[in-house]
Amino acid sequence: MAVPSVVVQPRPSILSRLSESRNALGFGFMLPAAALLLVFLTYPLGLGVWLGFTDARIGRPGIFVGLENYEYLWSDAVFWLSVFNTLLYTISASILKFVLGLWLALILNQNLPFKSFFRAVVLLPWVVPTVLSAIAFWWIYDAQFSILSWALQQMGLIDHRINFLGDPTNARASVIAANVWRGIPFVAITLLAGLQTIPQSLYEAATLDGASRWQLFRYVTLPLLTPIIAITMTFSVLFTFTDFQLIYVLTRGGPVNATHLMATLSFQRGISGGQLGEGAAIAVAMIPFLLAAILFSYFGLQRRKWQQGGGD
Amino acid sequence: MAAIESNRPETDEGGMGYLQSLPRRVVTVYLPLLVFVIVLLFPFYWMTITAVKPNLEMTDYQNFNPFWVVHPTLEHIRYLLFDTSYPGWLLNTIIISTAATFLSLLASVFAAYAIERLRFSGARQVGLAVFLAYLVPPSILFIPLSVMVFNLGLYDTPFALILTYPTFLIPFCTWLLMGYFRSIPFELEECALIDGASRWQILTKIVLPLSVPGLISAGIFAFTLSWNEFIYALTFIQSSENKTVPVGVLTELVRSDVYEWGALMAGALIGSLPVVVLYSFFVEHYVSSMTGAVKE
Repeated sequence: MAVPSVVVQPRPSILSRLSESRNALGFGFMLPAAALLLVFLTYPLGLGVWLGFTDARIGRPGIFVGLENYEYLWSDAVFWLSVFNTLLYTISASILKFVLGLWLALILNQNLPFKSFFRAVVLLPWVVPTVLSAIAFWWIYDAQFSILSWALQQMGLIDHRINFLGDPTNARASVIAANVWRGIPFVAITLLAGLQTIPQSLYEAATLDGASRWQLFRYVTLPLLTPIIAITMTFSVLFTFTDFQLIYVLTRGGPVNATHLMATLSFQRGISGGQLGEGAAIAVAMIPFLLAAILFSYFGLQRRKWQQGGGD
Repeated sequence: MAAIESNRPETDEGGMGYLQSLPRRVVTVYLPLLVFVIVLLFPFYWMTITAVKPNLEMTDYQNFNPFWVVHPTLEHIRYLLFDTSYPGWLLNTIIISTAATFLSLLASVFAAYAIERLRFSGARQVGLAVFLAYLVPPSILFIPLSVMVFNLGLYDTPFALILTYPTFLIPFCTWLLMGYFRSIPFELEECALIDGASRWQILTKIVLPLSVPGLISAGIFAFTLSWNEFIYALTFIQSSENKTVPVGVLTELVRSDVYEWGALMAGALIGSLPVVVLYSFFVEHYVSSMTGAVKE
């Protein structure tokens, strides 16, 4: 019996084997991001759902109370008002942002002098912190010294000052206007990028076939732009639905809760009022709406893509 | 046909613009553009003009045209910088945004490289999870996070924000960098692998140097997003000296019923300047990477 001579080479060390395994290496590389996200995103998401089932208050852990928070909210007129406000705010602001943003994108897609200057300027409202621009709007909407009221009075269009934020209808319109102002740049610039990927030759071909300007837009621009519209509007709807800052600065939900969104109501009840459980329940109540919004705008618009024979 | 296509002179940028007459162009393009620009910029103009307007002119619309300022003053800015905690808030915001950006970029580079290039089993699912994480809005996380922050003893410290901002920064940066890494040819990495480079060497010596533009845009985005963040900063910070600019301006400068509009506008203006300056230096990056990220 000879000594077995099959040991060809020493087994690679555990470290070097790990560094060659995609899975081990992948795990290691994912670790920092995954740890941060699991601890500060996934866990709080679960904790929020749990808190919604408890009567936790600030400084008191709270015990499981089942659906009590939700039953209370179900019969709470203010909560339903906030749901209505949120839907009104999201739907009207998103439609306006889409129409105006698309229009602006189409304008910027023309051959303009100072093209990059205009693109830079247009993005400004999106770059500046929302709270700070909202403070500027607060001053523009001031009950006594509103520059808008003054200008309209000078033009002779109105005879008394507009109470922008004091009247329920005006307040809703004002916050929607401020949100649209802030949201247009994002929509316009992303759609502009989409427009620039459409080959000129398609327009030339369609023009030779006798297409009118409207037909060019309807049958060339719009179908090719649909995928990017879907994604842009999904984001836009999502951020509008969960908006907090603008309302918090301009009205804090007033007058008489006319502009309370679900996010601001959740903050008012959960943090200012100390009813963490109830605030969490309101936040959790936003999730189904968010999922519906994502599914609707994503799949609703995405379907066109395969109808036109695009990818899957 | 293809030859004709490619021979088309590059100067033909206007496309079919020549088909439009000038008057028509004025009505359909220049006039709406002018209105858009005026509406989009007016709040900034109003912010600036109010910041340098003496109180007397600010409320007297009879004798002074509100759209202009007769005797500009730096009084509001002086008040803001020397009589309030504003400089401290600026410093807090800079520290918190820089730390959160750095932390997020570091984590995102590894995550994006692993998902995009290591292709470990389940990489696609992890990529999708990262995308979904970006869709989770802060508005539904701030209550449970405030409980956590309190229990961890981070309440009212900058760490509360430095550790929570990555929840929206990491998904965003990872997503952006994944797109960027995808554009780097595989062949470069294969060559390096054949030459015996480790994955770490490939990442630091090949992929990262090639993706500096992507890193810059991800960094700017992350910095801007942290700078603009409001709801976490409002919820997790209590004492005046730990506040960030957006929260400080809103909660500390608004006292009683007499609004210090001049100081408020000066605060908003100075608080906006860093991101605007940062952005104006990299505007082309910004636009192209924003659209690149969205195109995903």
